Amino acid sequence: MPTLVVAGHGMVAHRLVEAVRAEDRQGTWRIVVLAEEPRPAYDRVALTSYVDGWDPASLALPGSDYAGDSLVDLRLGELVASVDRAAKVVTTASGSEVAYDALVLATGSRPFVPPVPGHDLPGCFVYRTIEDLDAIRAAALRPGRGRRAAVVIGGGLLGLEAAKALRDMGLSPHVVEMAPRLMPLQVDEGGGSLLRRLITNLDVTVHTGTSTDAIEADGSRIVARLGNGTELDVDLVVFSAGVRPRDDLARQSGLDVGPRGGVLVDSSCRTGDPSVYAIGECAAVEGKVYGIVAPGYAMAEIVAAQLTGGAGTFPEPDTSTKLKLMGVDVASFGDAHAATEGALEVAVNDAVAGTYKKLVVTDDGKTLLGGVLVGDAAEYNTLRALVGRPLPAEPGAILAPAGGGAAVGVDALPDVAQICSCNAVSKGTITRVIHEDGCDTVGKLKACTRAGTSCGSCVPLLGRLLTAAGVEQSKALCEHFGQSRAELFEIIRATRISTFSEVIARYGTGTGCAVCKPAVASILATLGTGHVLGGEQMTLQDTNDRYLANLQRNGTYSVVPRIPGGEITPEKLIVIGEVAQEFGLYTKITGGQRIDLFGATVDQLPLIWRRLVDAGFESGHAYGKALRTVKSCVGSTWCRYGVQDSVGLAIELELRYRGLRSPHKLKSAVSGCARECAEARSKDFGIIATENGWNLYVGGNGGTTPRHAELLVSDVDSETLIRTIDRFLMFYVRTADRLQRTAPWIEELDGGLDHLRAVIVDDSLGICEDLDAAMAKHVDNYADEWRGVLEDPEKLARFTSFVNAPGTPDPAISFRSEREQKVPVMLGVPGFSNSEVRR
Amino acid sequence: MTTSLERTWTAVCDVGVVPEYSGVAALLDDGVQVAIFRLPGDRWYALSNWDPCSGAAVLSRGIVGDAGGRPVVASPVYKERFALDTGVCLDAEGVSVPVYEVRVREGVVEVESP
Repeated sequence: MPTLVVAGHGMVAHRLVEAVRAEDRQGTWRIVVLAEEPRPAYDRVALTSYVDGWDPASLALPGSDYAGDSLVDLRLGELVASVDRAAKVVTTASGSEVAYDALVLATGSRPFVPPVPGHDLPGCFVYRTIEDLDAIRAAALRPGRGRRAAVVIGGGLLGLEAAKALRDMGLSPHVVEMAPRLMPLQVDEGGGSLLRRLITNLDVTVHTGTSTDAIEADGSRIVARLGNGTELDVDLVVFSAGVRPRDDLARQSGLDVGPRGGVLVDSSCRTGDPSVYAIGECAAVEGKVYGIVAPGYAMAEIVAAQLTGGAGTFPEPDTSTKLKLMGVDVASFGDAHAATEGALEVAVNDAVAGTYKKLVVTDDGKTLLGGVLVGDAAEYNTLRALVGRPLPAEPGAILAPAGGGAAVGVDALPDVAQICSCNAVSKGTITRVIHEDGCDTVGKLKACTRAGTSCGSCVPLLGRLLTAAGVEQSKALCEHFGQSRAELFEIIRATRISTFSEVIARYGTGTGCAVCKPAVASILATLGTGHVLGGEQMTLQDTNDRYLANLQRNGTYSVVPRIPGGEITPEKLIVIGEVAQEFGLYTKITGGQRIDLFGATVDQLPLIWRRLVDAGFESGHAYGKALRTVKSCVGSTWCRYGVQDSVGLAIELELRYRGLRSPHKLKSAVSGCARECAEARSKDFGIIATENGWNLYVGGNGGTTPRHAELLVSDVDSETLIRTIDRFLMFYVRTADRLQRTAPWIEELDGGLDHLRAVIVDDSLGICEDLDAAMAKHVDNYADEWRGVLEDPEKLARFTSFVNAPGTPDPAISFRSEREQKVPVMLGVPGFSNSEVRR
Repeated sequence: MTTSLERTWTAVCDVGVVPEYSGVAALLDDGVQVAIFRLPGDRWYALSNWDPCSGAAVLSRGIVGDAGGRPVVASPVYKERFALDTGVCLDAEGVSVPVYEVRVREGVVEVESP
């Protein structure tokens, strides 16, 4: 069996292995991957997001460990040290030899560190791998006085990413760029000056048009001397002055290299040796090196095709770039610098709106050649796909501010237009799978074509292509309501209807179901229509809300009293223990810093709550689609490292939002310092203390699709923080789909987190006053639901197991003992086997 | 052929105890649990309270509504729907629950004892 050896395991090498394994249906090739890094290929494009949670798993590429594939042998920590082309054998740094029939060099590039005196002092770093970021973090966390500072050498794309990462770590970043503007390769002068202004507004100090002359140690700190005379007193230095291809193996084995380095290959990615290929950033395709992932993927596909009996040549690469830096959109595409002969530039520089847009067109003004977008890159995907094609309108009309502009729709795109440039998926391919393969959701399109699975920026276009193809993406709540939850919310809010019967009679059909009834009940509860079990509302509630407890597998319920912020007195702890003892309940500490009491029957619930309410407890809403808990670490009161009172804030927030009914459960946490012991970033809204106030993160969750919350506002005082959370929650409650948590809700907002920030921080829709008033009303109207039941004989009467035998326990409920506590025994049903009918 | 069908009825509760679109559970003499549901227009239905999909006796605590116009109750555990008139599960093939006769006499709800 022939052996393919892959030297290196970055994103492009992984794509190569995937492509070979997909095409090589006979299993002809055995693949040995020799990876220098201690982990499988990961998403280096998203490296900066590693700072969000310091979790390497968040960067994992699906399937990059090839688990279960016996034909792929991935060897981690094995750097290829030399190639013997005559013998067709590679030798690794540890001395092992691997014979190959085909060899693919995918060694990537190394960061370029300019030969500035002092560049190798402690405290100087590069920005390329997970290990680099871990080292930067360790240096940033070293104790010091005051706000720590850092300087990034290089103001290109990666340098600005590094500055963002440093800022997210709580440092004050400086960026030094030799060229007269930031991102000189992608952005022109007009875009560069706006970019500088926007980046400066985000607490990054920008120094352009200057070199870095020396780096000197000054005690535990570092002084960076710039060519223009400025001295920067910082804690650490990060070099991001470009990369250089790692072509050492080619040089050592006598293969040609390109004029500017890189393993020289032809347009089919083959070196002068027919058994050796090079792909990705280490390759110089016909002499040119590409430093971005999309051309690398194209190279991987070409080599895979040749290895599996096909053919392919490197297409004209798309070097378009779109990124979001600290909330600032920057995009360039095609001939951004108007290098084509006779090219014309049409630019709109709106200093008030903070946007700069430029289109480069042919001399007749009819064909799009390229462009630059700063501040607002919403049109990037459609414009990029139009490069080289006739414009659907005058360039000036396309650039006109939103509202008056002639929007470029997906209809205008030709079938060959690339929708997903990361994975080279054309509009034609997408429309074909919509029509022929029945892909009728964005998720299916992603799975079927891989479009939208890398950087994700084309996902909104996928949705629009579905709509254009006539695929209705139904938002109907259920068979009884054609409206979405958000639409029903607006209807009920505007009409002030207060019963389900009237809502369904006027706006729905039939009698309702287990989907629409709880959804409408939740809307009514949010709008403040009294007790959740009042009148008809009782019949709308899912069993948890109907019995104000959590149904367990044997038909019993569990009880969770509220313990705000996880803070509890010994006296109250004793009461919980006594109640559990008296009613024979299984007890367990929850993940939300509370205590769950299991095994209560319907009849026992009011008796248990009588005791709890008398002792000063109230409902914890563990049963509701509502605010659950606000976890906290111990904070500055006790902790040596805490910088704010996290427990105090957590309690304040929990008491403020308790009882707020929402489309799904809501979780929160407050951490008293950047060590993040409360795990706030895994919450729907998480707060982390800073030296100057609080950072608010939104859209995190655990569960099947874990997500880290993203930074919404930073360094705000408590008043601003609470106002922002008020608006965030109210906007979410009003506009999210049923059972949609905050992360997918933000993702689906047109404009995502930036749009959310515009709405609730800058009041772009003019609804903040209304959101504030709605939250104030919620806070004022809060009443403990369990106290409400205990005080109302009619509601109390519903807590019976058997209507004809009140007080008789359900004979079907049975327990056994395990680790000194009771646990349920499922008796089974006469005539039914549980295992057969459980799906 | 004549078959003597001597039905026995068990009085369960007053009509007013069961709100429309809701259910209650009753315990019959031999330990059988029946879930009794009320729809508007004094329409009454009774199924076994056992939910075969979860193994818990909980169907009376499900949400009552309709599926394509047919009255159903959704199990509170895993939400499978059961037709109130036949006991047939709409969401799990081959699964159904026993149906009981139910009637109202002088404001009192009665179910047929098996």
